Amino acid sequence: MIFLWAFLVGGAICVFGQFCFDVLKLTPAHTMTLLVVLGAIVDGIGWYDPLIEFAGAGASVPITSFGNALVHGALQELKSNGWIGIITGIFEVTSAGISAAIIFSFLAALFVKPKG
Amino acid sequence: MLKGHQSWLFENKPFIRSTATVVGPFEGRGPLAKDFDIVHGESMMGQKSWEKAEKVLIEEAAKLAIENAGLTKEQVQFYIGGDLMNQIISSSFAARTLSIPYLGVFGACSTSMESLALAANLVNSGSAKFVLAGTCSHDSSAEKQFRYPTEYGSQKPPTAQYTVTGAGAAIISMEGDGPVVTSATIGRVIDMGIKDPFNMGAAMAPAAVDTIEAHVRDLGIEPGYYDLIVTGDLAKVGYEIACKLFKKHNFPIEQTEYSDCGMMIYDYETQMVQAGASGCGCSAVVTYGHLLNRMRRGELKRILVVATGALLSPISFQQGESIPCIAHAVSIEAGREIL
Repeated sequence: MIFLWAFLVGGAICVFGQFCFDVLKLTPAHTMTLLVVLGAIVDGIGWYDPLIEFAGAGASVPITSFGNALVHGALQELKSNGWIGIITGIFEVTSAGISAAIIFSFLAALFVKPKG
Repeated sequence: MLKGHQSWLFENKPFIRSTATVVGPFEGRGPLAKDFDIVHGESMMGQKSWEKAEKVLIEEAAKLAIENAGLTKEQVQFYIGGDLMNQIISSSFAARTLSIPYLGVFGACSTSMESLALAANLVNSGSAKFVLAGTCSHDSSAEKQFRYPTEYGSQKPPTAQYTVTGAGAAIISMEGDGPVVTSATIGRVIDMGIKDPFNMGAAMAPAAVDTIEAHVRDLGIEPGYYDLIVTGDLAKVGYEIACKLFKKHNFPIEQTEYSDCGMMIYDYETQMVQAGASGCGCSAVVTYGHLLNRMRRGELKRILVVATGALLSPISFQQGESIPCIAHAVSIEAGREIL
């Protein structure tokens, strides 16, 4: 059952992205930013964790999950370290993803060139 | 000679003495491949950037057109050219190599016929003996400037068009023989309020219809005068809109065969080109390559080429401006060797 929900929820998020492209005529950058911000807001009001519980990778793989992770880390650190945690905690959860992106793109840039 | 409101009649009958077409590998896999003089094996043309590759295309086409005309570049008085790049760098940089006195023009994808009309007018009026007209475009440099760099791998909607990687050039002269440039109609700028740079065909169709109707009115002829009327790069979406507009205006386009260069150069079945082709190079290589070859073989006697251009800039559409469009028509008729 979890697979079905993952498919439906993940798919719905992607359909929303496609809707932003095709109907609202947003650019890829605007669409991505919008999805990240929406993920952040949904986690801010405490709904993203239940969504991941319900749909698994359907909620954790799309880019909305990045917004969720940013807010999640900040709120965690806020609880343990006070206000300064909002600043120090933003990359708490996402640091693995961001570091991996930096390291792997550096390695890729060393060995290959983009082709049009 | 001015004829009607916005047309020139070339009563001295300037010839297209020679032509040259150079294309990239993707066009080389299309149905018109055998009509092109040079087909490159890779789209960088051995250069370091897409812009430099585009410049190589027009340099090669210009040199080959001069060679095919049996001339040296010193004998050519003027070079009229333009392209899609900001500040028309491809043409201006090619003019630096050619060192022929140069008039840069910008009509976006209508540049092919704008330059041909001006060249024919110079020759017809006796202002020059030999004039080189040419234009070029490159898919990757155009995507980079107007949409997203191709390296980025962005999605394209089905209304999008594939910019032709290619250049076409012609030598216009009173001496020699070849297809004759008989008249030209200069288009008005038409803007129907379309703002989507992925839907150029729809934006340009009304301009093409306006120019074709003006041409027929100015010259006092029927569309049936021509064996073929082709628009430059409306592709599927724009072509259908143009057909509907003709019908709405009760314009008898059915008297002749009406087609679009943007629907001829690629194979829709095997090549992923969405609505079809676009770019300065599209109407240039299809006209100077395919259509004039058909005319030389005697299959076509009179054609009207209506090159369409979208006059947007990367800044203007980012600021939400609509896309003003233009179309220029040039009438080409078979020369003495046929008639």
